[in-house]
Amino acid sequence: MLLTLTCVGPASSDLGYLLHKHPDRVQEVELPGGRATVLYPEVSPDRCTVALLLEVDPIAGGQRRGRPAQGAGPATLAAYVNDRPYAASSLLSVALGKAFRTALNGRCDARPDLVDQELELEVRIPALPTRGAREGERGLPLVQRLLEPLGWTVEGSTTPLAGDLVDVDWGEAPYADVRLTGWHRLADALAHLYVLLPVLDDQKHYWVSPDEVDKLLRRGEGWLSAHPDRELITRRYLGVRRRFVDDALERLTELDETVPDPETEADAATPLRQTRVEAVLAVLQECGARRVVDLGCGEGTYLRALLEDPVYLEILGVDVSAAALDRAERRLGLDRLPERQRARITLRQSSVTYRDDVLAGYDAVLLVEVVEHVDPERLPDLEATVFGSARPRHVVVTTPNVEHNPVYGIPKGGRRHPDHRFEWTRAEFAAWVRGVGERHGYAVELRPVGEEHPELGPPTQLALLSRQDES
Amino acid sequence: MSELRIPEVCLVVLMGASGSGKTTFAQRVFRPHETVSSDACRAMVSGDENDQSASADAFEVLHHLVSVRLRRGLLTVVDATNVTRAARADLVRLAREHDVLPVAVVLDVGADVAIERNRHRPDRDFGEGPVRRHDRQLQKSLRGLGREGFRGVHVLGSPEEVDTATVVRERLRSDHTDHHGPFDLVGDVHGCLDELLDLLQELGYAVTRDTQGRPVDAVHPQGRTLVSVGDLVDRGPSSVGVLRLVMGMERAGHAMVVPGNHEAKLVRALRGAKVQVSHGLEVTLQELAREPAAFCDEVRDWCDALVAHRVLDRGRLVVAHAGLKEAYHGRASGRVRAFALYGDTTGETDEYGLPVRYPWAEEYRGRAAVVYGHVPTTRLEWVNNTLCLDTGVVFGGRLSALRWPERETVQVPARAVHYTPARPLTAEVAGRGEDELRLADVSGRRHVETAELGRVLVSAEAAAGALEVMSRFALHPRWVPYLPPTMAPVPSSRAEGHLEHPDEAFAQYAEWGVEEVVCEEKHMGSRAVVHLREEGGAVYTRTGRAFFPAPLQDQLVARVRTALTRAGLDDDLGAGDLLLDAELLPWSAKAEGLLREQYAAVGAAARLALPAAREVLEAASGRGLDVGELLQRTRRREHDAYAYDIAWQRYVWPTDGLEGVRLAPFQVLLAGGERIADRDHLWHLAVADRLVEADPGLFHRTRRLPVRTGSAASCAEGARWWEELTGAGGEGMVVKPVAGLARPRGTLVQPGLKVRGKEYLRIIYGPDYTAPEHLERLRGRHLGHKRALALREHALGLEALDRLARGEPLWRVHEAVFAVLALESEPVDPRL
Repeated sequence: MLLTLTCVGPASSDLGYLLHKHPDRVQEVELPGGRATVLYPEVSPDRCTVALLLEVDPIAGGQRRGRPAQGAGPATLAAYVNDRPYAASSLLSVALGKAFRTALNGRCDARPDLVDQELELEVRIPALPTRGAREGERGLPLVQRLLEPLGWTVEGSTTPLAGDLVDVDWGEAPYADVRLTGWHRLADALAHLYVLLPVLDDQKHYWVSPDEVDKLLRRGEGWLSAHPDRELITRRYLGVRRRFVDDALERLTELDETVPDPETEADAATPLRQTRVEAVLAVLQECGARRVVDLGCGEGTYLRALLEDPVYLEILGVDVSAAALDRAERRLGLDRLPERQRARITLRQSSVTYRDDVLAGYDAVLLVEVVEHVDPERLPDLEATVFGSARPRHVVVTTPNVEHNPVYGIPKGGRRHPDHRFEWTRAEFAAWVRGVGERHGYAVELRPVGEEHPELGPPTQLALLSRQDES
Repeated sequence: MSELRIPEVCLVVLMGASGSGKTTFAQRVFRPHETVSSDACRAMVSGDENDQSASADAFEVLHHLVSVRLRRGLLTVVDATNVTRAARADLVRLAREHDVLPVAVVLDVGADVAIERNRHRPDRDFGEGPVRRHDRQLQKSLRGLGREGFRGVHVLGSPEEVDTATVVRERLRSDHTDHHGPFDLVGDVHGCLDELLDLLQELGYAVTRDTQGRPVDAVHPQGRTLVSVGDLVDRGPSSVGVLRLVMGMERAGHAMVVPGNHEAKLVRALRGAKVQVSHGLEVTLQELAREPAAFCDEVRDWCDALVAHRVLDRGRLVVAHAGLKEAYHGRASGRVRAFALYGDTTGETDEYGLPVRYPWAEEYRGRAAVVYGHVPTTRLEWVNNTLCLDTGVVFGGRLSALRWPERETVQVPARAVHYTPARPLTAEVAGRGEDELRLADVSGRRHVETAELGRVLVSAEAAAGALEVMSRFALHPRWVPYLPPTMAPVPSSRAEGHLEHPDEAFAQYAEWGVEEVVCEEKHMGSRAVVHLREEGGAVYTRTGRAFFPAPLQDQLVARVRTALTRAGLDDDLGAGDLLLDAELLPWSAKAEGLLREQYAAVGAAARLALPAAREVLEAASGRGLDVGELLQRTRRREHDAYAYDIAWQRYVWPTDGLEGVRLAPFQVLLAGGERIADRDHLWHLAVADRLVEADPGLFHRTRRLPVRTGSAASCAEGARWWEELTGAGGEGMVVKPVAGLARPRGTLVQPGLKVRGKEYLRIIYGPDYTAPEHLERLRGRHLGHKRALALREHALGLEALDRLARGEPLWRVHEAVFAVLALESEPVDPRL
């Protein structure tokens, strides 16, 4: 990967002093996982260009620093065949920080007078990643959004993603050959690049260090707080640290040559979500349940609510994802709970496809926003597991009401989440729960959750099924 | 000189006043570490072995140590005064909890001797009082020890006796680990003498008869031993005849018998106890009434002396009438005996009034095979290394035997229905539905038994990853009765510029003793399994996902069916389930997302970055800077990236629905209810050719070349063929033993080795892997783990097919399939 920086005009010869790198020397800087070379391809009276060229070791798959790597080595092919040797990634930012540290810190012992001088600068990054999940947050517009407010003029070109040997149109590649021009202090220009390269390279990184926030604040001093997109910058700069990768799952996903589903957004406390929690808890209270299973507990939103109410003596959180259970354990702080509290809750990996005797004997089972994640073909298994085998006194089921989707601006046929296998109308949901009730001896009561639309109904529908031999 | 006879595994409770010589005695007659001493525990928790205030904590430690040792099946000696009933009660309870016998050894040397000894020990300055109290308590305890639960009380009445007594360890009556068989294990006979004789004949025994023509012994010419799992008597026409024969065999050393619940009840009846005369006991008692009283006594004593379970053949085989969970193997207690006789009952009864049994076998994870009877079923079925041999001969079923260690079963039919069962016989194990899957079938650390490779271990972590994929993304397990195994590459080549080369594959197979191999073209697409059933079909990936949404899948399945018929294969392959192993092309059909996100993106980034870097270096070089090496390297990388970009694009072409999709089958896994994965590969490819002929628009031919590994000319031809194939852009080839399942020297060898093309490997090892410095490092790759996984997954795949072919329940097939998926999630270098 490559970055060149050119100083134009009579002051160009000062660049060597400012960077603390002699224009006639080729200098190498060792980095974890690669090697940077600093050299000057162009030195003339009115133009001086320095190039930072970074080579990474493609065989070691060295991108996974910060992960436990004891002999195991990276687990997926993506660690070996990736754009890291070519694209201007966060590693280039690291190289920049190391090769030009004094300049970045705004120091120049030989010519202190130069530090505060604004220079006419040109920066070229031939393969700048411009990925992004959302429209307006990717491609050249993203580069412009981030750099123009700082006083840079952005020009750039892109290349088609597919090669010219294949007859497919995959649009433009997520990289741009970018040229930036503007008048800046050198230290500021370097700081802009240092912070924004990782932001643009919104890829999976594995470097995690606790001082990332400090670094961002230090290098962003003086400009980040006034940047109109500071939130986007902060989110993307730090966002990578929240990623949590389940190794076994990742390997199986790759084996299948598929791209992992977009990760669920962290539980945002949307009003609907809150309303749903309240509705479910109200139902549980009516039932007088004391021992409750949350089937499909995910990261533990409902477990937390149940833990907070001492009425619930025994809480079992069940999910099919071991990674989700790990996150739930951390989010609920189970290792810090007082003993008596801790004894009330158990987490367990299980799956509705399989009968699990541990689920038997509870007062209530919650199936909150779960059925729509199950393939229709497997609903009979879920039914057998929950209503045939576990047979709690009560089951609370919630699921989206697809009729309500237009209210959210979701087009016809669209779904609220990419993993939803289906979304039911009110009639479809009612038919399913009534069928289950009849087959397994449960009385059925349907309730709306959330603000009801006069024609389209509520956003969420809830069913309470109560075992009939109980009353 | 006294000889103390104690069981090999038991809890020895020493009793004696302070100063009676317990520690010295224990050191002399027991092995180091067998003794747990209260003084030592006191020292551990307080720093002073005489600190009485630490006693409570010290005993907590002592009880814990005793408990752990007993759980592990170790003889344990407790060195403490143990003169109070309360102290001993704790120890008896511990022994019972771990199902070992408690034995008391009393050192009764008299208070004076003890006091005298303590006088010489400066740390025991507590005077006479405590010792005299100990002695009084000891004397008071002596008579009641049997009632306290001790199953052996040895009193050493003088210092001399203590000094000279020896300990003899006796094997437990259940311990026959040194008897290696071979055995013929026989299920519940229930008085069916004729069927037993039929079975003995089938097994090859010669029957001896007495002067009245009654069978009284049977001998196997190869010295095999018959093992009865009990329930010899009741219900059937000739319990007495069966007893006479089996008792004779047992006394002659030709048979071993564990008792069944029916023998246990018979003993009580013959002793005159009040028992309910039902469930066939009435028949036996009527028969016995016609025999002399001496014979009845003989039967009573013989049955009474039977040991409830036996551990045989180095602990690999356990026999008990109703089975036995692992914690009870080789243990002795009332509840072990009850389990062995009656099973793990829940205390409830079912609608037929019979006890509901807890399905212990489903949770069994032990290493020893457990063979039992007791619950009549219609089918012999290994469940977690346990086998129930009761196939209800008395109810008109069959009498079954298992040959051990061969693990072959032998059955003879009932000659008549001799008795009506209280509950109809079923094929179900413990009442589970045929299609029901349980979490316990797949989760946690487990072993899966395979015919080809024995037990295969699945770790808990791997199972956890597979559970999520299987539950969330895969097709329903009933559509996924097989998953293809991973395949190892050839050992690294030393040939210049190559990481993989055919020579290594041929040499490797020659070394393994495989003479005939076939080179099969490796198509670069996605591995696909085509599953056709009467009611539909599925086409799925290596992790069990559907390739296409339902309507498209149905179309594809219909097209495959039509081609099979047109090729005239319906008759050749037979009716029933059909499974084909294939490659689905193009790669982009399934992996477009991955190609875009990863492979195409890498190419695009390189196209942008490298020319620019080269230009910068050329300019620097023009300025006279010394960048020669870097420039050269960058030029080479530019070329490599270009080659890489060409490589991946070969495997991409546009598809629309099924338009453009191709299927290259290369193996028939199962057809006509038979596993045929192990047939000759040339046969499989001939079947594939007929499909290609029938529908060339869908099916894609797999080119092949047979090679003799012993012939240099043939190997050279194979190498040339591969060079042509890969030179024209092919992915590479797979070299397989021609005979599908190869065990040239008795051990299973790799079912195939892949030899990938030089250009293709850029997609795997990165564009620059051909640089000499990289190649050299890559040659050191380790293949061991990958090979082990490939072999295990191969064995599991075959096992799944076998189970499917045998018509076993879904959970049994799924168990093996799930294990393949779990092994696939194990961390291994993904480039192999």
